[in-house]
Amino acid sequence: MAAIEEQIRVLICQGTGGLASGAKEVELAFRAEFEKHGVDAKVGKRCTVVGTGCRGLCANDVLVDIVIPGQEAVTYDFVKAELVPQLVEEHILTGQVVEKKKAGPYYQKFLEKQMRVVFSRCGTIDAESLEDFLAHDGFVGIRKAVTMKPQEVIEEVKKSGLRGRGGGGFPTGVKWSFCAASPGTDKYLICNADEGDPGAFMDRSILEGDPYGLIEGMMIASYAIGAKNGYVYVRAEYPLAIKRLQKAIDVCYEKGFLGKNCLGLGFDFDLRIKAGAGAFVCGEETALMASIEGERGMPRPRPPFPAVRGLWTKPTNINNVETFANVSYIFYRGAEWFASIGTEGTKGTKIFALTGKIKHTGLVEVPAGITMREVIYDVCGGILNNRKFKAVQAGGPSGGCLPGEAIDAQVDYDSLIKAGAMMGSGGLVVMDETTCMVDIARFFLNFTRMESCGKCVPCRIGLKIMLDILERITEGKGHPGDIDLLQDMCFDIKKASLCGLGQTAPNPVLSTIRYFRHEYEAHIEHQRCPSNSCKSLLKFEVVEAACKKCGLCFKVCPVDAVRWEKGQLAVIDKDKCTRCTSCYDACRFMAIE
Amino acid sequence: MSNAEAQVVQEEIDLGMANKVIDKYINMKGALMPVLQEVQDAYGYLPEPCIHLISERLNVYLSQIYGVLTFYAQFHLEPRGKYIVRVCMGTACHVKGAGRIGDTLSELLGIGHAETTEDLKFTVEHVACIGACGMAPVIMVNEATYGSMSVQKMNEIVEKYRAMD
Ligand SMILES: Cc1cc2nc3c(=O)[nH]c(=O)nc-3n(C[C@H](O)[C@H](O)[C@H](O)COP(=O)(O)O)c2cc1C
Ligand code: SF4
Ligand code: SF4
Ligand code: FES
Ligand code: FES
Repeated sequence: MAAIEEQIRVLICQGTGGLASGAKEVELAFRAEFEKHGVDAKVGKRCTVVGTGCRGLCANDVLVDIVIPGQEAVTYDFVKAELVPQLVEEHILTGQVVEKKKAGPYYQKFLEKQMRVVFSRCGTIDAESLEDFLAHDGFVGIRKAVTMKPQEVIEEVKKSGLRGRGGGGFPTGVKWSFCAASPGTDKYLICNADEGDPGAFMDRSILEGDPYGLIEGMMIASYAIGAKNGYVYVRAEYPLAIKRLQKAIDVCYEKGFLGKNCLGLGFDFDLRIKAGAGAFVCGEETALMASIEGERGMPRPRPPFPAVRGLWTKPTNINNVETFANVSYIFYRGAEWFASIGTEGTKGTKIFALTGKIKHTGLVEVPAGITMREVIYDVCGGILNNRKFKAVQAGGPSGGCLPGEAIDAQVDYDSLIKAGAMMGSGGLVVMDETTCMVDIARFFLNFTRMESCGKCVPCRIGLKIMLDILERITEGKGHPGDIDLLQDMCFDIKKASLCGLGQTAPNPVLSTIRYFRHEYEAHIEHQRCPSNSCKSLLKFEVVEAACKKCGLCFKVCPVDAVRWEKGQLAVIDKDKCTRCTSCYDACRFMAIE
Repeated sequence: MSNAEAQVVQEEIDLGMANKVIDKYINMKGALMPVLQEVQDAYGYLPEPCIHLISERLNVYLSQIYGVLTFYAQFHLEPRGKYIVRVCMGTACHVKGAGRIGDTLSELLGIGHAETTEDLKFTVEHVACIGACGMAPVIMVNEATYGSMSVQKMNEIVEKYRAMD
């Protein structure tokens, strides 16, 4: 096989987003065109089609890169199978870039401020190919790690300053040293790939796009800690991730990279996948272990900590996918290099999942310490439909909402906590003026209430009562004093719950009250939803002064309840209207309320 | 359910597939969950006779098995539709109008969350996040993901699957 540098490579995104947008058809079309034109012979090079992992810009899939040796790679977006003949005939056969179909300048901007370390292989290599992995510095980190003593490996991780990416931000090296220090030789290593946080999908991308990279990180940890058995606990909603990781594990066993005497490096490591079964609380360490043991996934009090008494009562170390993925780079490039990126308290890069009302939703990897403004405006192109930025929700159900004023906050563990949110797993949901903050608080509370395991009374019953209050408020039936009552309950539930779920569930309520108290007051005192989003308070009328007569609402209404003609004001027929909010979402001028 | 009825149900179910799954895991630690998951994959749900069989062969109390079954969202004790439509209700999808997508689906199929149409063709499930948040709102039909959903697109997808058998 020709070395990678001498081939023409067509990189097709085949992450979940790519596949959903038709990446398989695009791949088949390329293969058919290559066959038809006898391309290999004509250009005198091997042309290879490569299915890569996610590039982070799933909304613009299918993304295709054509890489011709000696030339700059060209990215095309929104590629459909019909476009492929033109790409092959013009770009590959005659060297004419199809300018019109190239990804616009936004793509360059999207990549500019990013620093893709953990993601450096995602989107550039064939995720399923061990050869590709090896050609991109695969297993260099573990080979370096085994030249040190296990204790030195742990010191190196401490020196790098790496903190856990699963939410808590606990220093990884310190965590490893606890487990390594526990007596006994039967130890377990677990990778937490439960990713229960709605709105975050970076772990999924790593699993799908660079499964060997995760295995390498786990091998290093297993060597350092002396854990001979490992599990990857993957949520069952990720079928593709499970498939790719299983394949990578199988290949590693076949080649002797896993199992007895891994890679011939003198240590043993067995690794297997455990599929989750749909319970958010199973992301909590002790619940996760109970789940692997085949029990209900309920948290238990700590101590004893997993490092002392974990899975099957043995010392156990649990880290997040992104944490392990970072580890191999720390060894490959050195702890000093890693520590030179980021801020005082947060080293390295962090992957964020940006979703919601933003132009380019996606996964971005940036050096810690960059500001929220840079991420939202520079990397992701700003707010959708040029609406006004209202808030960003950081850290998922355990995090909080930050208002527009906080947009210059840095994204690192400490700055976010100071502002009343948290990094969590890195989900950032951007909201514009059409999002109601009371509704968002209700949404999260509904989620945590459903996912509460029910062990603690404050969490099980307290959250339900808070939810009832919030529901009342969004229906315009709030009582004076509700806000204070909610706040009191928040503090009690935080204090009295056993695990992180209950301890953090009130955060979205607290932070929205802190920054958006006026919205609560408008609902309670005036039965008004300032963002026109709470359905039962919406009137569905066109505001004549604001209507620009564009007709968008007419086009989107699924039940023909909007009357409109060119140059005329739109009118909503109240009898036909099903209050589906289609028109409200579509109107660019906030002319419906 | 009377004894006689229970027997009728029992006769209808071929336990062969379940036995095979159990054979594979019988000596493994923590076998219960993978066994339940794979038996469910084989039958589409967990028929009562299979649960009894698992209890006997893995030597686990029925009460413990039901404890596990009712705890996790992904176990199903009733037959399910051929097409499982999962509507994401996660944060990103919520902000982009998942509620409306879910309402439309319920209207089109006449069933709500965790329900199955009488002809066993569709089951609807509201889930917390599909992990394709960049394309919100998102739904999945079996293993196929559909992003950037609208009311219109929902109509088309339901039509498409209705037409398939
Ligand atoms: C309710 C709850 C859910 C959690 N879900 C996850 C998760 O999905 N993925 C994850 O990596 N960590 C999750 N965590 C955090 C883990 O318990 C744990 O702190 C983390 O996996 C440790 O890895 P790290 O040190 O690499 O961050 C969750 C915690 C709680 C309390
Ligand atoms: S805080 Fe909630 S989720 Fe956590 S153990 Fe208690 S009841 Fe269960
Ligand atoms: S979409 Fe808005 S501006 Fe356009 S016609 Fe409808 S109400 Fe008027
Ligand atoms: S799946 Fe293609 S960019 Fe994310
Ligand atoms: S929130 Fe819907 S896919 Fe993640």
